[in-house]
Amino acid sequence: MNSRKVDFSVGLFVLIGLLAIVYMAVQIGGSRFLGGDTQKVTAIFSNIGGLASGSNITIAGVKIGTVGPIELNPETLKAEVQLLINNDIELWNDATAAIKTNGLIGDKYVSLYPGTEIEGISEPLQGKLVDTESAIDIEGLISRFAFGSVTDE
Amino acid sequence: MSNDSHLQLKGLSKAFGSQTVLDRIDLDIPLGEHTTVIGKSGTGKSVLLKCISGLLASDSGTISASGKQGIPSCSYMFQQNALFDSMTVEENVALPLRETGKAGKEEIEQRVGDMLAQLELSPASKKYPAEISGGMKKRAALARALITSPEIILFDEPTTGLDPQRKYAVFDMIRDYRKRFGFTVVMVSHDVPEVFEISDHIAWLDEGKIKFWGTPKQLAENTPDALKPFLNPKLASA
Amino acid sequence: MISKLGRYSIRFVSEFGELAGFSGRAAVSLPGQRHVFEKLTRALFEIGVRCVPITLIVGLFTGLVLGLQLYYVLTKFSSESLLGQAVALSIILEIGPVFTAIMIVGQAGSALSAEIGIQRNAEQIDALHTMQINPIGFLVSPRLWAAVIAFPILTTFFDLIGIYGGYLTGVQLLGVDPGAYWNRIYDAVSLQNIFNGLVKAFVFGIVTTLICSFQGYYTHIKADIPGARGVSQTTTRAVVYSSIAILVFDYLITSFQMGQ
Repeated sequence: MNSRKVDFSVGLFVLIGLLAIVYMAVQIGGSRFLGGDTQKVTAIFSNIGGLASGSNITIAGVKIGTVGPIELNPETLKAEVQLLINNDIELWNDATAAIKTNGLIGDKYVSLYPGTEIEGISEPLQGKLVDTESAIDIEGLISRFAFGSVTDE
Repeated sequence: MSNDSHLQLKGLSKAFGSQTVLDRIDLDIPLGEHTTVIGKSGTGKSVLLKCISGLLASDSGTISASGKQGIPSCSYMFQQNALFDSMTVEENVALPLRETGKAGKEEIEQRVGDMLAQLELSPASKKYPAEISGGMKKRAALARALITSPEIILFDEPTTGLDPQRKYAVFDMIRDYRKRFGFTVVMVSHDVPEVFEISDHIAWLDEGKIKFWGTPKQLAENTPDALKPFLNPKLASA
Repeated sequence: MISKLGRYSIRFVSEFGELAGFSGRAAVSLPGQRHVFEKLTRALFEIGVRCVPITLIVGLFTGLVLGLQLYYVLTKFSSESLLGQAVALSIILEIGPVFTAIMIVGQAGSALSAEIGIQRNAEQIDALHTMQINPIGFLVSPRLWAAVIAFPILTTFFDLIGIYGGYLTGVQLLGVDPGAYWNRIYDAVSLQNIFNGLVKAFVFGIVTTLICSFQGYYTHIKADIPGARGVSQTTTRAVVYSSIAILVFDYLITSFQMGQ
C-alpha cells in the first residue's frame, strides 16, 4: 500500500468519522438538546406510580417537554415533580396534569391540559400546579376487581 | 599513552542481581583502530558493548573518549542487524537522520544516497530488508550505523551463524570500510583465530575482568595458559 | 499459601506501577517526535481504517439480532413500539463501545502487540535506543493517540449501523411502524447517552492500546521463555487482558455515569 493511498484513506476515515459523530449527536441525541429553552413548572401529585425523570410530557398526545427531578415533600408527603415544558406553551391557572400509561404496562407519561384563556377571568399559572390526577394504581385495581370490591362501591 | 586518542573505561562494573558480570574493568581502547573482545559465551562481552553504547547503565565507573566524559558518539551493529522490516533500505538508513539531528530533507537524501553508493547498496535502496541477501543486510545495517558519522562503531558478534566464506566477506567489509571511513571498531567475536587477522588489539574478558590486552602477535607469542583451550578447543578435549 | 498470595499481590501491584510509568511515557512522548503527523496517519491506518470492515459487519449483525430478540421480548408486553428505543440505547450505551473495542483488540491490538514483541526480539528497540530515538515515543505514542481518535469514530460507525440493523429486522421484517421506531429513538436517546458511550470508547482505546503495547514491549521480561514462543504468549495475554480490562472498565464507567 503506497503512502498516498494510506493518507487518503485515513483522511477519509477521520472526515466521515467526525461527520458520523456530529450526525449521531444532532440527529439522534439532539432532539431534546436543540428543543429550545424550557420553562419549569412544579406539579404536585399524591402518587406518581412509576413516573421517572426523563419521561415525556404531552398535550393531546404531542410531546412538549420532559419530566425533570422528582422529590418528596417531607411535610405534605406528596411528590413534587418538576416539569420542563417548551417555552411556546402558555399555561393558565386552570391547567391540569395527569399521569398516564402507554398501553397496559408501558411507559408512564404526563398528559398536560394547559388551561384556556378567558378574557378577564383566567390568569397565567402562578406557582405550583396542584390540580393533578395521579397514576392509576393498576395492581390495586386488579386486586379489587379480583376480590369483587369494584362493584360494591 | 595520551588520553586524547583513547576510549577509556575506568572501574566499569555491572551486576545483574547477585551475579557480577563486569568487575571494575579498566581499558584504554585506541581510537581509529580495531579492538576485538574475545571470551567464552556468557562472560559479559555484549554487556560491555552495551555499557559503552549507553544501552545499559553501568553500576559504577566512568567512560570517556578523547578525554571527554560520558558516552561517546557511537553506533551499534546488532547481531541480527535490527533493520526495520517495514521500511526500505533507504528509509532504514535515513532513520537516524530523520528522527534526530538537524539535517533537512534534501541534505538527508543527499547523504543517504552517497552512503548507499559507497556501500554498493544503490540498486537495493527501494527494497525491503526481507528482499535482500544476508551480506547486503549487513551492509545496510553498517550504512545506518555510519550515516551519523560516529567516532566508534560497536560490533556485536557480526559473524554469528555465517558460513566461513561469508564470515571472511564480513571481516573484509569491516576492514575495508574502517580504512575508508576511519572509524574505531570495538568488536565482540567468537571467531578465533580468523578475527586476529583484522584486529589491531585483542582484549580477553574472563570472569568479569580483562585478563589479556595486546596485539594479536603478542597473543600468539605469549598466550596465557588459561586462554589456550579457548583458542584451540582440541587441547581442551585432549 | 498466604505468602504465595502476598507474592502475587506484590507482583500485581508492581506490574500495575510499571504499566502506569509506561503509560505516562507513552502519553507525553509524542511531542518529542519528528514527523508526528506521518506517524499518526500510519497508526490511524492500522487502528482505524483497517478495522472499518469488521466493525461494520459486526455492528450490522448485532443490530439485526438485537432487533429480532428485543422484538419478541417486547411483543409479550405489547410494547413493540419501544423497539427503537431499546435497540438504540443498548447499542449506544453498552454494546457499541464494548463490541467495537473487542473487535479492534482482535484486529489491531494483537497485531500491535506481536509487532512490538518481534521488534524487541530482533533488537530493533535497542537499535532505536542507540540511535538516540525514544522507542516508546517512536513505537507506542502514535498508536496511543491514534486509538484515542479511532475508537470513538469506529464506535459511532458501529452504533449507527447497529441501529440501522435493528430497523431492518424490526421495521422491514417484523412490521414495527417506522415512525415509532425512529421517533422512539429520537425521544429516548439524549446527548448525554451518546457522550457517555463515546467516553467509554475513548477510555477503552487508551487502556487496550497501552496493555497491548506494554505486553509486546516487555516480551523479553514478561514471557516465560523469550523468543517466538514468548511473543505468542505475550500476544495472547495482551488480547485476554485487554478484553478483561474492557469489561472491568465498562462496569466502572457505567457505575460512575449512573451515579451522576
